[in-house]
Amino acid sequence: MMATSPNPAPTSSRAYLSRRYHFSASHRLHTDAFTVEQNRAAYGKCNNPHGHGHNYTVEVTFAGPVDSATGMVCDLAALDSFAQTNLLAVFDHMNLNTLALFRDRVPTTENLTIELVRIFQSFSAAELTRVRVEETGNNSFEYTLRPAPSPRAQQPSESEVRKG
Amino acid sequence: MVLLTRKAEFSSAHYYWNDAWSPEENARVFGKCANRNGHGHNYTLEVTVAGEVDPTTGFVVDLKELKDILEREVVSVYDHRHLNLEVPEFATRIPTTENIAIAIWQRLDGKIPHAQLHRIRVYELPDLFADYYGEHA
Repeated sequence: MMATSPNPAPTSSRAYLSRRYHFSASHRLHTDAFTVEQNRAAYGKCNNPHGHGHNYTVEVTFAGPVDSATGMVCDLAALDSFAQTNLLAVFDHMNLNTLALFRDRVPTTENLTIELVRIFQSFSAAELTRVRVEETGNNSFEYTLRPAPSPRAQQPSESEVRKG
Repeated sequence: MVLLTRKAEFSSAHYYWNDAWSPEENARVFGKCANRNGHGHNYTLEVTVAGEVDPTTGFVVDLKELKDILEREVVSVYDHRHLNLEVPEFATRIPTTENIAIAIWQRLDGKIPHAQLHRIRVYELPDLFADYYGEHA
């Protein structure tokens, strides 16, 4: 027989669950508000008329109490199913410039991140706190709805108390 | 104040099961994680502590000491073990990524000299992780 846990879980522990999804898409950064030269100056090689592509990684973070029956912030299978329908089926292997949501907006990863916030906010099982999008391994963009908790004020550790 | 993060790894078996539910309900909620023969992961633990930089040593904490604490309090207890069957806190709690993060917080809080525990991050997979900032966060 195993001993009962000496540290039962707090009754309403709030945790943050993060999940990463991957999709590949093409885009071209170009705005009709600029001349050819201005577009080239603003967007450089990203303005190449035929477009280019990236392997995007989307990291979504949800916060909530850990359900005492399941041990989970939210049902991961439900989140994956939501992401399949609302993220991967919409963006994977697509040209972002052809999507209705980018008809009037340049498909920069900043604008993509804001759109993904709007999309994942409709997953209602937990509170969306952050969306982070990696366009490449060197570029990432994030939108924070609720910042992570700040560090607590310094208190002496048990070992220091014992020493004292 | 500076935040310092140390990583550690452990490999463990687990399964998800709520004794209050029927086998059918467990299978419906937990899917393949409810297989009672268990399955396993290579977990990555990130422990972030907050503190002031000591003017003499230039350290927030002594990294060797922090490594030894993680080894003693967590890795030696969890690594190459079945979490449900061999780790006491998971006799009464389902060893989900969230609950593992909470349990590790409870194991470490107050035990790190000169610094305050700030965040426990547990990666079950590179694409799935849980963060815990303490009960009052």
